[in-house]
Amino acid sequence: MNQSARNGWLLSLPALILLVVGAAGPLLIVAVYSFLEPGDFSGVEWSFTTEAWFRVFFERDIFDDTVSAADAHLTILWRSVKLSLLTTLVTFVIGFPTAWFIATQPPNRRAMWLFLITIPFWTNLLIRTFAILEVIRNQGLLNSFLQWLGLIDAPIQILYTDGAVLIGMAYVYLPLMVLPLFAAIDRFDFRLIEAAYDLYASRLLVLRRIIVPIVRPGIVAGSILVFVPSLGAYVTPRILGGGKNMMIGNFIDLQFGQGRNWPLGAALSMLLLFIVMAALLAYVRVTSSEDRQNV
Amino acid sequence: MSERRAKPFSITAMPGFATIAILAFVLLYVPIITMVIYSFNASNSVALWGGFSFRWYAIAWENDTVQEATVRSLVIAVSAALIASTLATLAALGTTRRKKFKGQTFVYVMINQPLMVPEIVTAVALLIFFAAIKKATGYTGLAYLILAHSAFCVPFAYLPIRARLEGMDLTLERAAADLYATPFQTFRRITLPLMAPGIAAGAMLSFVISLDDVIITEFVKSAGQDTLPTYMLGQLRRAVTPEVNAISTALLGLTVLLLTAFFLLTRKRG
Amino acid sequence: MKLVLTSALAIAAATAATAEGKLNIYNWGNYTSPELIEKFEKEFDVEVTITDFDSNTTALAKIEAGGHGFDIVVPTHSYVPTYIEKGLLMKPGIPEMENYKNISANWKEVDWDPMREYTVPWQWGTTGVAVNTSAYGGDINTSDIWLNPPPELEGKVNVVPEMQDVVSLALMYVGGEPCSTNKDDLKKARDALVAAKAKWLSMDYGMTEKLSNGDVVATVNWNGSTFRARENNPDVAYGYPKEGYIVWMDNVGILADAQNPDNAKLFVNFIMDPENAAMISAFARYANGIDGSEAFMPPEMKDAPEIVVPEELKAAGKFNPACSDEAKEYYNAIWTELQK
Repeated sequence: MNQSARNGWLLSLPALILLVVGAAGPLLIVAVYSFLEPGDFSGVEWSFTTEAWFRVFFERDIFDDTVSAADAHLTILWRSVKLSLLTTLVTFVIGFPTAWFIATQPPNRRAMWLFLITIPFWTNLLIRTFAILEVIRNQGLLNSFLQWLGLIDAPIQILYTDGAVLIGMAYVYLPLMVLPLFAAIDRFDFRLIEAAYDLYASRLLVLRRIIVPIVRPGIVAGSILVFVPSLGAYVTPRILGGGKNMMIGNFIDLQFGQGRNWPLGAALSMLLLFIVMAALLAYVRVTSSEDRQNV
Repeated sequence: MSERRAKPFSITAMPGFATIAILAFVLLYVPIITMVIYSFNASNSVALWGGFSFRWYAIAWENDTVQEATVRSLVIAVSAALIASTLATLAALGTTRRKKFKGQTFVYVMINQPLMVPEIVTAVALLIFFAAIKKATGYTGLAYLILAHSAFCVPFAYLPIRARLEGMDLTLERAAADLYATPFQTFRRITLPLMAPGIAAGAMLSFVISLDDVIITEFVKSAGQDTLPTYMLGQLRRAVTPEVNAISTALLGLTVLLLTAFFLLTRKRG
Repeated sequence: MKLVLTSALAIAAATAATAEGKLNIYNWGNYTSPELIEKFEKEFDVEVTITDFDSNTTALAKIEAGGHGFDIVVPTHSYVPTYIEKGLLMKPGIPEMENYKNISANWKEVDWDPMREYTVPWQWGTTGVAVNTSAYGGDINTSDIWLNPPPELEGKVNVVPEMQDVVSLALMYVGGEPCSTNKDDLKKARDALVAAKAKWLSMDYGMTEKLSNGDVVATVNWNGSTFRARENNPDVAYGYPKEGYIVWMDNVGILADAQNPDNAKLFVNFIMDPENAAMISAFARYANGIDGSEAFMPPEMKDAPEIVVPEELKAAGKFNPACSDEAKEYYNAIWTELQK
C-alpha cells in the first residue's frame, strides 16, 4: 500500500470505527438474533432455530396446529408497501409542480422559495406529525372548519385511519420529493422547450416527451427518498394510526415490547432491510443506465 | 403570431402548476403556523382561543422534566456534533484530494450507511447491542446515546466538509510548502482555516439532526434519559397539550435559527 | 467559539444535576401524583425521575432486558409472581417498615405476594368500559360495547392494549373464567376478539384525555381514568360489564438491580402513610388499600359511580388471579394473534 492510500485509510479509520460500533456492526447481531429462540419475556435463548423466519411467512393456529400463510404479516407488509407507494405518488403529484414553480422563479426569489421548502425538511418529524394531528383530529382545525361551514354535522373520523397515516406521511416527506426534483429541473435547458414550441408541440406533448424524460433521474431520486423512509416509518403511523393499523416499523417495535418476540422482530427488521436495499439497487441501476445514455 | 395572444407566451409556464405550488406551500405551513399560534394560547384547551399569552412557555419551562430533557438534548447534540464533525473532517481529508485508493468505495458506503438503513432497523440493532453491554457492565449513562447520535450524524457532517474541501484552491497550500512550512503547519495555518466554514456547517447540521432524533433515542435511552423529542412522544401518545405546542415552537425556532446561520455560512463560499 | 461555550455550560449544568440522591420510578403513564413526588423530594432531598409505561408486558419486557436503570416498578398483581420468579424484585424488609401496619387487612395477605415481602399496595380498581353517552344511549354495563359493538359505536371503539385485562374480559364474556385452560373457552374468546377487532378504531392508551376531548367515544378502560375523564366531560360514563369485569391491584416493588435501593425503601415506606396514600388516590382517582387514608380523601371520591359498584353488579367483578404457566402461554398466544 502506498503512502497516500495508507493516510487515506488512517484518516478515515476513526469515523469507520464509530460507524461500525454505533450503526453497521449491530446489524450483524440482528441477523444472528433472527435465528435464535425468543426468551420468556424479552431477549433470546441461545439455541439455533429458523422458527422466527418461518413465522414471518407462515402461522400456526394456537389450538389445532394447522399451518397457513401468515396473512396478518402479509397484510401489514402490504399496507406498508401500499401506503409508501401512495405517499410517493401523492408527493410526486404535488411536488413536481412545486419544484417546477421554484425552478422557474427569478434567481433572487428562487433562494427564498427553496429555503421555505427546506425548513420543514430539517424540522423535527415529530413536531410536523404533531402539527398535522392537530389539524385532522375530531375536534381539530379541519373538522371544526367543515362544521362551521355547515358541510358536515358530526366530525369525520380521519385520525387513526390509514388515510390519516397517508396524509401525515405525504406531509412530512414532501420536501424530500421537491428537493431532488428541483435539482433536476434547475439544470434543465429551457431552450429545448422553446424549440419544441417552435415546432408546434402542445404543452402536454412537451411535458411528456421532453420534460419528463430529462428530469427522470430527479423523479427516481425523489421517489426513492420518499419511498424508503415511508416504508420504515414509525413515528407517523404510531401517532396517527392508533396502534391498530400498524406499519412494518411499528410491528417490529411491538416485537421488542408487548410482542416479546425479539427473534421475530429481528427477522422482520432484516426483511425490511432487504426490501430497502433492493429498492436502492434498482435506483442505482436506473440512474447509472441514465448516465450512460446521457454520455 | 404572438400579437394574437392576450398574454405573452411563457415557455416555462404550465397550466395549474403555480396554483398547485402555492397550495403546497400553504398546506406545508398551515399546520406549523397553527401550532405556533396556539402555543401562545392562554386557554387550557388546544382547540379554543383564549387570548395571547406566554403562559405555556412559562409552564413548560418550570416543568423539571422539560428542563432536564432540554439540558440532556443539548448535551447529546453538542457532543454528537463535536465528535461527528471531528471524525468527518478526518475522513474527508482522507477521501478527497488524493488518488482514489483501494477500498475507498467501502469507506463511502460505510459513511453513508446511516442514510440508507431505515432508522427503525438501526434502532432495533442498537437496542439489542446496548442492552447486552448495559447488562454486562452495569453502566447506563449518556454515553450510549452520544455514541449512537455521533454515528448517525457522521454523514451529515461529512457532506458539507467534503464539498468545501473539493472546492478549495490548492495554490495556498503549495505556496506554504514552497516556503518550507511543515505539513502540520500548513494544515493548521492554511487548510484548517479554509475548511472552517464547511466544518461549522457540518457541525451545525449534525447538531440539528441530533436534536431532532426520536426513534433511535427512544430505543437506546435508559431510565430517566428522555430528550425533548422522546418526552414529547410520551406526552403525545396521551394527549395534545398546549405545553407540547410551546416546546415544539421553541425547538422549531432554534432549528430555523441554526439553519439560517448554516445558509449564510455556506453562501459566503460563492 | 459560541458552540464550545454553550456545550461547556450544558455539560456543567448536567453534571450539577446528577450530584444528589436519585430515584428512578417506572410507572404507568399519568398515574403518579406530582404533589406526592414533590413532597417526597422535599422531605428526603432526593431527585425523582418518572418514566411511563403503557402496559404490563412492555414494562416486564424492558425490565427483563436489563440495563434499564430503574429502581421502582409498579406492576399489576397478576404480574407480581412472574417478577418474583424471575428474581427481578428484592426483599426490602417491608414487614419491618414503620408504615407497614397501615396496609388494610384484606390487602396484607394476598396470594400474589403472600407475606408482602416484595411489594406494597399502590392503588386498586376495576377494568370495565367507558362510553360517551352523547354517542350511545343504550345499556353500557356490558362487554357487548367492545366485543359486539352496537351500530352507533362500530368502528369507534378503542381497546386499551393490556393483555391480562383484555383476554380475561373476553373469557368471561364467552362464559369462561379468567386464567382458564379450557381450550373451548379460550378458542371462543380468541374468535370473539379477532372478530371484534375489525370493528375497533384503535388499540391505544391515554384514554383519560382522549375521552375528555372527544377523540374516543367508547373504550375498554379503568375506573379511575374514566372518573377523571368524566370530571372534564360530564357525558362520559363508566360501565361494569355484567358478563364479568376485572378487579385488580397495582403494587410497588423495588427492583433487584436498583441503583438507589435506599431511596427506594424510603419511598416504599413513604407511600404507606395514609396522608400520602390519599394524595395518590386524589390524583389518579383509584382506591389505595391503606387504612386511615379515607380521612384525607377528597369528598367527591366517596360517592363517585366509578368507585361505588352498583349492588346488582357486585357479583360480576372477578379478581384476576395469577395465571398458571399453561394459561399464561394461551394468553400470550391469543394476544400475539390479536396484535397482528
